[in-house]
Amino acid sequence: MGVSVERIETLNRFRDDMEELYMKITLAHGSGGQSTSELIDSIFAKEFSNPVLGQMEDSAVVEGSGRIAITTDSFVVTPLVFKGGDIGRLAVCGTVNDLLMRGAVPKYLTCGFILETGADTDELAKIVHSMALTAREAGVIIVAGDTKVVEGSGGMYINTSGVGFVPEEVNVGSSLCSEGDVIIVSGNMGDHHAAILSERMSIDNSIESDCAPLNEMVLGLIDAGIKVHAMRDITRGGLGTVLNELAETSKCAIELEEELIPVSNQVKSFCKILGLDIMHMGNEGKMVAVVASEDADQAVRIIRESRYGADAAIIGTVKTGEGVSMITPLGGKRGVGVLIGEGLPRIC
Amino acid sequence: MPDIKSISRFLREYDGEPVTLMEVCGTHTAAISENGIPDILSDKIRLVSGPGCPVCVTVAAYIDKLVSLSGQKDTCVVTFGDMMRVRGTRYSLSEAAAEGGNTLMVYSPLDMIEHAINNPGTDYVFAAVGFETTTPLYGLLLDEVIKRNINNIKILTALKTMPEAIRKVSRLGGAIDGFIAPGHVSVITGSDEYARLADELSLPFAVAGFTGPELLAAIYSLVKTKGRGVVKNLYPSAVTAEGNVKARETTNKYFRSCAAAWRGLGVIENSGMVLRDEYKQYDAGSEELVEDAMFNKGCSCGEVVVGIKSPTQCPLYGKVCTPASPQGACMVSTEGSCYNYYVNKRK
Repeated sequence: MGVSVERIETLNRFRDDMEELYMKITLAHGSGGQSTSELIDSIFAKEFSNPVLGQMEDSAVVEGSGRIAITTDSFVVTPLVFKGGDIGRLAVCGTVNDLLMRGAVPKYLTCGFILETGADTDELAKIVHSMALTAREAGVIIVAGDTKVVEGSGGMYINTSGVGFVPEEVNVGSSLCSEGDVIIVSGNMGDHHAAILSERMSIDNSIESDCAPLNEMVLGLIDAGIKVHAMRDITRGGLGTVLNELAETSKCAIELEEELIPVSNQVKSFCKILGLDIMHMGNEGKMVAVVASEDADQAVRIIRESRYGADAAIIGTVKTGEGVSMITPLGGKRGVGVLIGEGLPRIC
Repeated sequence: MPDIKSISRFLREYDGEPVTLMEVCGTHTAAISENGIPDILSDKIRLVSGPGCPVCVTVAAYIDKLVSLSGQKDTCVVTFGDMMRVRGTRYSLSEAAAEGGNTLMVYSPLDMIEHAINNPGTDYVFAAVGFETTTPLYGLLLDEVIKRNINNIKILTALKTMPEAIRKVSRLGGAIDGFIAPGHVSVITGSDEYARLADELSLPFAVAGFTGPELLAAIYSLVKTKGRGVVKNLYPSAVTAEGNVKARETTNKYFRSCAAAWRGLGVIENSGMVLRDEYKQYDAGSEELVEDAMFNKGCSCGEVVVGIKSPTQCPLYGKVCTPASPQGACMVSTEGSCYNYYVNKRK
């Protein structure tokens, strides 16, 4: 007895429908019960596997001593996947870079996922895979995690906390800039912001997010004994906001030369057309380092030789006084303020 | 014209009669700040910003009307971004939207056509502000609306034209010695537009582009021609003597000249545009929106837009009035003089 063609088609359709259902996150995935375990096993545990996480205890117990750097950050970017990165890579880079900026060697991350119902499990798996790859690149292990599901329309949010250890001799902080220090940025400004904005406005170009972990350049500077006084990653608010915060905390003035600030031609034109100020464009893989003038050239060389640092440049100096100013290509001087208003929401 | 280095040196070292120059274009105001030009000029050369930011010169009654329209049943007010945050006598459109008002922000008036087609039960009203440059766009919008027989799009106009406002500003006693004529507006009007004014007022006009060197060249030219009624077109790559005839035809097809109310200047004859009678059905009630009142009584926007006061002379500037909490239109618009003074820390 054969099965009718019609019957096979019906069965196939049914199976497709079931798969379709299975592909989406439902409230059951956040129940703490069987569906949650299945989700954790099939997506998270597989990607993040390491002995600490493998114990599946209520909290992770890890080795460490000395000065500990701790930070946390939440990631709510839309779209979830964009040219040059995705929310998973971003969630690792953001927290790893925050640790690095204090001269800490990043070691452990925790991650919390908040998923909206309707989120695509395939997309989730890709994002988690990307997180795992980035964590490996950044030399950190994910030792604890949590997943919750809320009603919504397919969104995903990630929180990561990070722990790193600060070597004995290292002392880096925003208040330590002093007169004569040199301001270095690690590469082109504005790529991440322009990439996200392009996706949102459906503008077709080849601008990619710069989203990257900065371990190699930062640890390179520290290993070489460069006198790094302050480091900040140039995320939301852009270079203008970060430098104003440094000037205020260190009670000094910062003077820049506009022509020395590295920006790709494509991003420069993009900003011009949309009336955006490059000084307030966000990045996710760029830092500013304030170093003693005698070490400046060597510092730039180290950053340029590192992954993600090819376009590093000296852009200005620390002076006495207050505030941030910039010499324009025309030879005039103008003030540089902090970002005002919301800028572009949800870029990270 | 000397090279840019010599021009910079001349303007830095200038020690002749004091000169006050006005730029009458918001984009110039922003470019002057961005290029650090005030820092290059000698103390004897003063730049003041004129009434060239369309949002800044819009009177309160117009905003109030938009706010009230946004609260009407089945009506949506459509605007460019800056207009959302300017307050009328009580509220801004953003505040109205937070209270349930129906608003939509677009980059071009043509963007709302799709909305109007998809939502036939809603009347869309565009906040049509702007100068000679923007008015042809509203003409193009009406071309489409008529061609596609769309009957749920209207415009509320506060359209302005420059020449009469410049004439009035020059007589206000601000002692203006020359005008940097607006670049974009001149593309449409042509540089000849200023010949009559220059002659009548015995003041020089320089039509300028938007780069630092172009603006310095314009300032140099005005200092050199002080006291003479001449027009120099220093933006010949974009501005011709006769301007863009086609754009003007589009404007004139739908609009006619009228008296218009300007913040800080009052009502000026022949300084605005309204829809011609045969197109009145597309007007959302633009007549008689002339009342002006500052949201904050201490606000000096009215004096700032005509160059009588510098932004820093306003008692609210930088204290209660900042870009994060603007009290007047000049602090809202990215082309407003107060906004530019604030973000670039001009003194």
